[in-house]
This record gives sequence, C-alpha cells and structure tokens, in this order.
Amino acid sequence: MRAALGLVLVSALALGACSSGGDTSAEGGDTKASCAPSEGNVTLTYTTWIPGIENVVKLWNDKNPNIQVKVQTGPNGNGGTYANFFNQLKAGNAPDLGHIEYDALPSFRVQDGLTNLADCAEVTAAKDQFVDWTWGQVSFGEQNAVYGIPQDTGPMALFYRKDLFEKNNIPVPTTWEEYAAAAVKVKAAGGYITNFSQSDISQFAGLSWQAGGRWFANDGTKWTVNLQDEGTTKVANYWQDLISKKLVSAVPPWTTEWDNAYNTGQAWTWVSAVWGANSIKSGAPDTSGKWAVAPMPQWTAGGTVAGNWGGSSTAVFKGSKHPYEAAKFALWLNTSEEALTALNKEAQLYPATKAGAKLPALSEGVEFYGGQKIYDVFATASTQVSPDFVWGPTMTSTYATASDGFKAVVSGTGTLLDTLKTTQAKTVETLKSQSIPVAE
Amino acid sequence: MKNVNRLAPMLVMGAATLYFLVPIWWLLVAASKSRSQFTSTTPLWFADFSLLDNLKELFAYGDGVFLRWMLNSVVYTGGAALLGTLLAAMCGYALAKYRFPGREAIFNIVLSGVLVPATALALPLFLIFSQFQATNTFWSVFLPSLVNPFGVYLARIYATASVPDELLEAARLDGSGEVRTFFTISTKLMFPALVTIFLFHFVAVWNNFLLPLIMLGEEKLFPVTLGLYSWNTQVNQIPELRMLVLTGALVSIVPLVIAFLLLQRFWRNGLGSGAIK
Repeated sequence: MRAALGLVLVSALALGACSSGGDTSAEGGDTKASCAPSEGNVTLTYTTWIPGIENVVKLWNDKNPNIQVKVQTGPNGNGGTYANFFNQLKAGNAPDLGHIEYDALPSFRVQDGLTNLADCAEVTAAKDQFVDWTWGQVSFGEQNAVYGIPQDTGPMALFYRKDLFEKNNIPVPTTWEEYAAAAVKVKAAGGYITNFSQSDISQFAGLSWQAGGRWFANDGTKWTVNLQDEGTTKVANYWQDLISKKLVSAVPPWTTEWDNAYNTGQAWTWVSAVWGANSIKSGAPDTSGKWAVAPMPQWTAGGTVAGNWGGSSTAVFKGSKHPYEAAKFALWLNTSEEALTALNKEAQLYPATKAGAKLPALSEGVEFYGGQKIYDVFATASTQVSPDFVWGPTMTSTYATASDGFKAVVSGTGTLLDTLKTTQAKTVETLKSQSIPVAE
Repeated sequence: MKNVNRLAPMLVMGAATLYFLVPIWWLLVAASKSRSQFTSTTPLWFADFSLLDNLKELFAYGDGVFLRWMLNSVVYTGGAALLGTLLAAMCGYALAKYRFPGREAIFNIVLSGVLVPATALALPLFLIFSQFQATNTFWSVFLPSLVNPFGVYLARIYATASVPDELLEAARLDGSGEVRTFFTISTKLMFPALVTIFLFHFVAVWNNFLLPLIMLGEEKLFPVTLGLYSWNTQVNQIPELRMLVLTGALVSIVPLVIAFLLLQRFWRNGLGSGAIK
C-alpha cells in the first residue's frame, strides 16, 4: 500500500528530486501508535475549514492549559486542503489533527497517512456515543481500526414547498413512485418537482446509499468497485426517466441560477441533507415560511430507510507525536455538549453523536420552515442510514468522471446508466494506476 | 472610405472594452445588492443600494480578518515588488555593464527561468521550506516572491540601451564608486524600465495564488486572494459568505486599479522602449 504513488504522485517525485529519502517523520516507524500520554505541556496543530472554529477551540484551550490547540485554516478539502495534507505528510510536517470528509478518508488511509486510534482506550470506549453508521465511515469495517472521530453527518430528507403542494392538492410523496406521480402534477402546475444535480455527484451517492447501493468494498487486501449494483441501477433508471420526460430541471447546483429557481418557486422540492436547510434559507429568502420537511421518499411503501449526503471526521495524522492528546481533543470536540453546541452555532454542523441530535438548538421549531421542528425529521433519518456504505480511495476522480457523464445526460447525450458504467471502468483504472489492488 | 477605416477599429476596440468592463460592472452591481436581491434582481442593474452594509459586514466578519488579508497582500506584493525590482535592476545592470567570465551563461540561465511558471515551483519550494521548518510563515511567501527573471531581462536590455558607457567612465574618473554610480545615475536613467518591472512584478505576485495556498495554514498570514478563495469554497455550507466574497473581490481590485492609474504613464513608456530594442 505504501508504494502507492497515487494522488501525491507529483509531490512524491518532487520530494525524490530534492531530498532523496529525507527522514520524514510521517513515514516509517510503528504502524500502530502506542497512544500513551506525552509528558509536559503539549501544543497540537489542527487544520480545518470550519468557519468560526477558533471560538470553539478557545473553549478547550481555556480549560486545558496543558494541551493547547492551534488552529490552522484554509479552503475546503477538495479546494486545496487535502492536497496540502498529502504534501505535508510527504514533507513530514502534517498537523496533528485534520478535518477530513468521510468520502476522502479512504484516500488518506491507502496512503498510510492516518494514525489508527484503536489503541486509545478512550476512543474505543466512545464508540457507543456515536450514531452506528458513522463508526463504519471511520473504520471502513476493518477490525481494531478507528481512523478518525466522526464529527458531523448529513442525513437526508425531503424539503418541499408546503404552500404549493397544498394549493395544488398534491399529496406529499412518501414513496419514490408517488414522487414521480407528483412530478407530473407539478409540471402541469408550471413548476419542476426538483432540480437534478448534474455536477455534484454526492447527492446521487446519497440517493444510491438509501436504495441499497454499495459502491465500494474492501476485504482487507483488495478493493471491489460496483457502481452498477441493483440499488444504484434502480436510482439511475428512476432519475433517467424523470430527466427524459423533462419533469426535473437541470440548473447547475450551487449557482445563483439554482438559488433563483428555488427563490421564485420554479423548483418545488429538494431531497437533501440536514445542512440543506440553511442553503435554502439563504438561497431562497423570499420563500420564508413556505417550506416544510418530510422523510425521504421510500422505495417500498412504509419503508424507513434514509440516505446520507456529506459529513466529516477529525483524524489524527501519521507522524503526530501526541496521538493521545490529539484523540482526547478530537473526542471533546465531537462529543461534548459545549463543543457540539458551539459547532452547530458557528457552522451549522449536525452532530454525529446520538446525544448530539438532542441539542437544545436542534429541538426548536425553525421559523423559515413555518415553525416546524425540522431537526426531528433528520434525527430520525440519521438512525435510518445503512452502516455498510464504504467510500473508495479515489473519490475525486470518480466524482469527476460521473459529473462529466451526468452533464452530458442532462443535455441529451447518453444515459445515467452508461455514465455509471464508464465511471466504474475509469475508477478501476485509476485504482490500478495508483497500485491499489482491485478485485475484478 | 475614410470613415469606414476609422469605424472598424473603433468597433473592435469598443467590443473589447465592453468584454473587459462588463465583468467589473457586474461585480460592482452585485456587490451593491443585499443577499436576497442578489438572486432575485437583474444582474446588470442596481437594486436597493446596500454596498455600505455589505462593506460593514465584510470588515466585521471573523474579527475583521479581511482587512488583515488586504494589508498582507499589500505587504507581500508591494514589498516583494519593490525589493524584487531593486534586485532585478542591480542584476540586469551588472549583466549589461560589466564584463566578466560566465556573463552570458548567467544571463541565459536567468532567462530560462522566465519559462518556468511560478505554479510549477510552488511544490518544490514547499518541500524545501519544510526542510527548514519555515512553512506557514511570512517569509515562506515573501522570499520566493522576490525572484523575477523577466525583470532581470528587462533591466539588462534597458540598461544597455539607456545607460551610456561614457557616462559611467566619467563617473569613475570623478571618483564615484560603483554602487553610488548605480544609485545616483543609472537608476535615474533606467527609471521608466524600473516602473515597468515593478508593475509586472506587482501583478505577478498578486496573482501567484498557488504558493500561499500551499505554504500557509495560518489565516492571519493569508493574502486576500487566498482568503477570498477559502471563503468561496465554503459557500455551499455557509451561503452568507457569497456576498462577502463578491464585496471582497470588489475591494481587492482597488489597490491594483490605484497602482495602474498612478503608474500607467511610466508603464506605457517603459513597455514601448523595452519592445523596440
């Protein structure tokens, strides 16, 4: 695994060129961290892009004079911070702790960039505090493995325009079948039921997750890639049908155009994660009070399965000299009520712990949603996410290929299923090119 | 016929002007809107004027970190451009006016540096600075920004053309040292070129985004480009940042506009003289 050049191909070559075999503390050494407390005062570095994190960390620093945490920040992971992490791991000056989203965690794992925290008794003891499936996201199903502390999650639900559904006498869909039927009626009423996310593939991943799709698996030696399993195929065919019948719009997500579609009532629903509540609120301010949240539509009537979109962990990098203290801080940050409250206040992070779902801030009615206690819906959804969805180690490239294909589908070329086939082939190719073993 | 001859270039220039000015116009208009009106009103015309509120919010956000970024940018770019221009001028002048073994070899090596994009150097620089544990410091961005091979090239060309050897001879006969001659006589003759080099350098450092991205983790050290970029990557989760990014982008071009307005006379002058030689 270590031989994998992978995402850091360039940096690896550059390092080889200017310091042959430099003694980088990130490499070599024990594969298992001993997780013993360090002596004396400790200063930890923590890189994250959570807005307002300084205020949260200050709570810790004020109370823990012996373990001071220094925050470093930057753009979001795919915006450059992950690349920086890989460079820093190669150069031996990675921070002690880093913010890593679930779908990026495996790529750090295959590059041997993470400290296994399973030796830290406090970490393994904390397992039960977290929502079950989040633990799978940081252990990848390996035995005796914890590669990060779950931080936030993105359980999915259905945001819908309550006023428009009522006015047009359309029942709120509880199954995907009803959702498709509603799409026809919405179109007749002059809107679109939703906007198909053509370039942000994570939504599609969340929908597949709900339908039982399992894109990756790892048996300890080899990776399996399957983007065309039953669940994923079902989702692809379903949305392909809506796209072909022009029942969904295809405005590029995260643009002002997209905001505008919601703000002007062109798009009536959005199957999204808990953090989407804030996206609608600030993207579509004119629709205040007109939205509501319902559980995600189901594939079988009466079902109770949800998907997840997003979420991240706090990981301890290989080479950290203070894994014990780092783990202790990461646990405080992601389980203590004061930290979770602060994270939610500063950055709307939705906690990954069971107790976190009951924070006072998450139990109140939200004005924008007509006073509905929307977080109750997400709290339930969070417990309904399947625990065995695993991300692959090359998600950036997988997303990019899928996104190219989806964009073409939206403009009328090919099908979603074709795209998944191409993406699968391309992903296997990428894994092989990085010397990551793949089971065929 | 004469009118057509005049009209065609005017049309082309007009189209080009429009092409370059529309995005700036758009930025100005967008930055003057409130968040809700930004998505709901025509993008190319004003709604209620809330630029001042946006500015207030911008400068207040994150304990006024934006102002800090602006200052950083001015120090990084202004400082590096000033010092870098001096270094380039001295180097180019020495290459033009002194004969020594290896002169052409040095010049050619410097010249080949023009071909290496700054982006390609960012990662190796990071690894080198890592060896000295100097990443994430002011110097990790400032020091590499001092280097400007194109400036050396310009300075040499210009020194050859504008500083007569006879004048230097005369200065030497009068007992002026080499350093004094350079600062009192040569720099004055080379002044238009120095302004050109300064502006080129200023823009290059201002636009060198990858180096600070790779080097810096401390928010307080960010130049404004990196800071705005960081905010922009978080717009999905914190949509409030979008207006701040727009307003910030508008504010961040102000120093560049000022630099160009003040120095453009010299710029034209210098560029022209450099080009003929």
